[in-house]
Amino acid sequence: MDKLLQYSLTGLSAGSLYALVALGIVLIYRSTRVLNFAHGDVATLSTFVAFSLLSNSYSFPIAFLGSLVVGAAVGIVFYFTVLVRAQREGANLLGMVILTLGLALIIQGVVVYVWGAEPVSLPFPISDTKTYRLGAVVVSQLALATLAAGVVGSVLLYLLVQKTRLGLAMRATSENLMAAQTLGIPTRLVLSVSWGVASALGVVAGIFLAPALLLDPFFMLDPFLKGFAAAVLGGLNSLPGAVVGALILGVAESLTGAYFTIQFKNTLAFVIIIVVLLVRPEGLLGKEFKERV
Amino acid sequence: MDLVESYTQDLGFARKRITRALLALLLAVAAVFPWVAPDYMVFIATLVALYSIGVMGQNLLIGYTGQISFGQAGFLAIGAFSFGHFRIWGAPFLVALAGAGLLAALAGVIVGFPSLRLKGPYLSIATLGFGVAVYQMFVNWEVLSGGRSGLAIAKLKPMFGLSSTRYEYWVYMLLLAGFTLVTYNIISSFVGRAFVAIRDSDIAAEVNGVNLTRYKLLAFALSSFYAGVHGALYAQVLGHIEPQIFNVGESLTLFVAVIIGGVASIEGSILGAAFVMLVPKVFANFREMVPVVYGLAILLVLMFQPLGLFGLWLKTRLYFQLWPFR
Repeated sequence: MDKLLQYSLTGLSAGSLYALVALGIVLIYRSTRVLNFAHGDVATLSTFVAFSLLSNSYSFPIAFLGSLVVGAAVGIVFYFTVLVRAQREGANLLGMVILTLGLALIIQGVVVYVWGAEPVSLPFPISDTKTYRLGAVVVSQLALATLAAGVVGSVLLYLLVQKTRLGLAMRATSENLMAAQTLGIPTRLVLSVSWGVASALGVVAGIFLAPALLLDPFFMLDPFLKGFAAAVLGGLNSLPGAVVGALILGVAESLTGAYFTIQFKNTLAFVIIIVVLLVRPEGLLGKEFKERV
Repeated sequence: MDLVESYTQDLGFARKRITRALLALLLAVAAVFPWVAPDYMVFIATLVALYSIGVMGQNLLIGYTGQISFGQAGFLAIGAFSFGHFRIWGAPFLVALAGAGLLAALAGVIVGFPSLRLKGPYLSIATLGFGVAVYQMFVNWEVLSGGRSGLAIAKLKPMFGLSSTRYEYWVYMLLLAGFTLVTYNIISSFVGRAFVAIRDSDIAAEVNGVNLTRYKLLAFALSSFYAGVHGALYAQVLGHIEPQIFNVGESLTLFVAVIIGGVASIEGSILGAAFVMLVPKVFANFREMVPVVYGLAILLVLMFQPLGLFGLWLKTRLYFQLWPFR
């Protein structure tokens, strides 16, 4: 029983980071219908920026803010310079997805070029060796901080989307682009904000993942795939679904590692996704999407 | 200019005299190439030939049928390792090759089943998951992958007194020619038209009597057969395989080759394969720049030349056909 609780908690902590990644993916998907393959790489780039700032003896909050700004800026610039242009040229959805893939490759190359392929460790103010005891369960400081980051990120996003005028504009734009334009909503600006916020969420996940993993140019690939999987599990157009899917995925993964085999931990995530998709293609909380010819 | 008067004429392979002349010239150059070029270049040409087969298969799936797959490396791995085991058990080259292709095709049908219900982004995730799963399966099950030291594959024995590089080049070029011919026939037949109909709108295709289940599965099977053969040929060239070769990056490279070469074109597949093989060689001293070149090429292609390298060739040809008018 203790083991179950212990591993569930570890899973929840991992799941809350997957949730941040998944929220970013869903936010972009539901507003532009684009699946952003560069999501993980933008986070990698920004985490390396944070690493550089910290190595140059800036304080942690400054480095954190700096990386958030860089991440958001990359998202916004990419939206304005590439996607808007491509849309004007009449690129279809597949084309835009491939464009994000192109951005991912470029960022990968740049990161390897600037920071090298050797893994480095991010100097992080929160330690993962210091532990607290809650009843029978032991949690590390890092796991707690991770959980907190996930909760705070999700709540802030909820407030932004549901309680502000900007959020209302975002929802309207994702609901019906044409109608939103007709009503005078500056949809390009709103969409670029979506790209910026989504990228920043990915960056938060990247920074909190970095101390647990080592920082190398491909360290976000795995969490990014998990975030993707979680988003699909929860439904690609549902923000609460992303959180639910991510938490389920995190716990399931952790429990599989504890009770069955650690080797196929990553593979199992995909098996779950494929099974869920076969039974309920729109995801757990997603709305069913009827296609017309 | 290009007036087609009957269906049989439309099915003809190279209709115009100039096309036939150019084709003959190309074949002649390909035949003489290993005797004039240094061994290193011949080896690269061999790689391009085997890559072209894989890219063609990927193009059948992405370009013609419109089903995105990011799991192609999984099929490559299945093809390569089954080929390796067949060879070790003593099967002749062509039998092992066919076996590898068929096993990969079987895996393709199994992956194809979810494709019947999944579309667009969902399908790309599912296939991505398949690629990762196959990768980890080979990493973790040493019985399949030959353990840490990988699987060693005996070199082909050259015949007709050729050097081994030249012999390999010849075998691979013949295979490429065979696959190109078959692909041409597939896409100009009713099967190819069914694929294109599914890509343009699967519901409309179904209403018009295209059996979606059959043709989607067929597209997956064909594409993964090509990928399996590609993996097997790659294994043969390398002489030594380990699972690390077939990672997600390899799937992406194949995808990039399709986009840059030209979506839904066979000539484009070969050009795309040449592109992804040559760029790493040209940038050998700046290896970290290779993904940047791929990425920039993708951005440029999609924004300015949606048909890729093949589109560029079409435009050039049109320019000369219409000269002095434009």
